[in-house]
Amino acid sequence: MSALYSLPPWLMALVVLFLVLGSTLTLLGAFGLFHLKSFYDRIHAPTLGTSWGTAAILLASLITWSWVQDRVFVHELVIGICVMVTTPVTLMFLGRAALHRDRAEGLRTVPGAGSNNDPAQEPSESGAD
Amino acid sequence: MTTVLWLALTWAQIALGLAASLSAWRIVVGPRAQDRVLGLDALYIATMLLFIVTGMRLGTPFLFEAALVIAIGGFVGTVSLAKFLLRGEVIE
Repeated sequence: MSALYSLPPWLMALVVLFLVLGSTLTLLGAFGLFHLKSFYDRIHAPTLGTSWGTAAILLASLITWSWVQDRVFVHELVIGICVMVTTPVTLMFLGRAALHRDRAEGLRTVPGAGSNNDPAQEPSESGAD
Repeated sequence: MTTVLWLALTWAQIALGLAASLSAWRIVVGPRAQDRVLGLDALYIATMLLFIVTGMRLGTPFLFEAALVIAIGGFVGTVSLAKFLLRGEVIE
């Protein structure tokens, strides 16, 4: 097999812990995305995968590669920072778009439906356009 | 201990594959466009993690670079789709 199995037992236990934690959290997040009823509930579920799901698996990968290659491996941190910085931006954008669409259709279940001034539009209209 | 690591790697691959399948189900079923975009975002993350775990198992660094590209591409894709839903066009 690969060099992965040359890890000492205590490090292997850490890698196993992080792998199981990360993949299980990601699965739970995806199950929430599958199971929850409304979009505003569902938007919260995949963040399990983007926070500790990603962090744990990247930590497992970082530990493994640092041991196998016998030097400090920091490439994983690039992915980690990329995912953790961009996910809140993405989801805020998506939530705002969904709110805008629901209001435009006059859906009674969202706050501010049917009014002319749409707060979801404000930040982009005060800017460049 | 080696068996435990083998089991953990297998479980991680199965769980991430299941997570990707559930996200794909959300893309197919919807019911609305924003649900599909959210499902695509979750699918990107699950696939990226699956690439990393598979790279660990095979002992190759090449899958890691693919995971980096997926992470960046997922961000750009989801933001542009959300902007399209919000404004009706991507570049104004």
